Amino acid sequence: MKNDRKTIEARFQEASAGHIERNLESDGIDRRGFLKCMAWAGSGMLWTISGGVLASKILSPVNAVAEDSPMGGFSFVQISDSHIGFNKPANTDVIGTLKEAIAKINALPAAPDFILHTGDLTHLSRAEEFDALEQLLKSTKTGRIFYVPGEHDVLNDNGKQYRARFGRESKGDGWYSFDHKGVHFIGLVNVMNLKPGGLGYLGHDQLEWLEDDVAHLSDSAPIVVFAHVPLWTVYPDWGWGTDDAGQALSYLKRFGSVTVLNGHIHQVQQKIEGKVSFHTAMSTAFPQPHPGAAPSPGPMKVPADKLRSVLGLTSVNYIEGQNALAVVDSTLAGS
Amino acid sequence: MKEKIKILCGLIAMVVGLLLPVSLLADNTETNSVVVTIDNFNFTPPALTVSVGTKVTWVNKDDVPHTVTSDDKLFGSRALDTDDKYAFTFQNPGTYSYYCSVHPKMTGKVVVQ
Repeated sequence: MKNDRKTIEARFQEASAGHIERNLESDGIDRRGFLKCMAWAGSGMLWTISGGVLASKILSPVNAVAEDSPMGGFSFVQISDSHIGFNKPANTDVIGTLKEAIAKINALPAAPDFILHTGDLTHLSRAEEFDALEQLLKSTKTGRIFYVPGEHDVLNDNGKQYRARFGRESKGDGWYSFDHKGVHFIGLVNVMNLKPGGLGYLGHDQLEWLEDDVAHLSDSAPIVVFAHVPLWTVYPDWGWGTDDAGQALSYLKRFGSVTVLNGHIHQVQQKIEGKVSFHTAMSTAFPQPHPGAAPSPGPMKVPADKLRSVLGLTSVNYIEGQNALAVVDSTLAGS
Repeated sequence: MKEKIKILCGLIAMVVGLLLPVSLLADNTETNSVVVTIDNFNFTPPALTVSVGTKVTWVNKDDVPHTVTSDDKLFGSRALDTDDKYAFTFQNPGTYSYYCSVHPKMTGKVVVQ
């Protein structure tokens, strides 16, 4: 077995000489080289590397988009910060803009397998706001809708209402995980038990659960973590970060592909740290200023004809065998 | 004549007697009631010194909800939407730190002497 593997690796080294230019982490993966391989693969054979294990597939001459991918894969959509119940000048019709986002989702060439809502479903945790949100999302052409709460969803009752509606299969304050076509999804809650002067907070129980939840997974299992408040420090003065995210990320260090999807800040911000890609989504309700660009992080008024260009959703494509998920933002204005 | 003076004195005493506590009350109401404004993700003033028995009223002028939550869970409001108010009367001396449980970077304190 070992000998076979060595032979395959040796043969791979020969074949890939010139394709792998920088073997940075000694894992045989090099983006430039991989892309070259992809171009060469037009002739019909594609070598892919996933977690150190070689595999070859015959490619059909079509774009490797998830729904057409002969290698398998899927797509899903992330929406965030719908703030149903908000009615101030920044957007007096958050229901209308959410409906536009849903229309965009329904117009996608292939229906997403599911939707992730990364929190602040409602503005004031009111029953009628939760009701309206659930009702509106019923018209989305998709499978299930998965949620994590924002701080606006857990007002006054420590999230009791939120969990009764959306957290029946969850643990603790509403965290959970699920698998979909080989990708492991983890929904975290970082808006409960916030400490005075602090940022987002995961807490000991959730961190213990997380460590245990991923313990049995192979390094090559792609991981997607979704939570409301950014799990990296975007702008601490405005509370845009999570105090104990470092510990959570330490449990995910060994994985070859980790994608973190957050909301809360009502704008797109991204960061790549090693094998972890962090990304925040736009809101479907109202924008917020860039870090430090205003006295406070509250709703930002823009001219009416500009509003839709700062609201939007995020499409995520997973192509089997590729480490990084393709994360694409689009605004309600159509681009 | 003496009778009239007595009655007059009595009346004056009564009036003074009635007015005095009312005037004292008026002074108490002014010094024992303070407003803290919540706006732009700030408590203004962030640090307040008041005397025992003062009623502090927080008013949310921001366009998002906030709470007033004592660090030590000694007092706390529900979520306050725009124009909502919360009041607490401080009966004991001490330093009371509080924050917004929705946006915990917002902090303030009340020093009661």
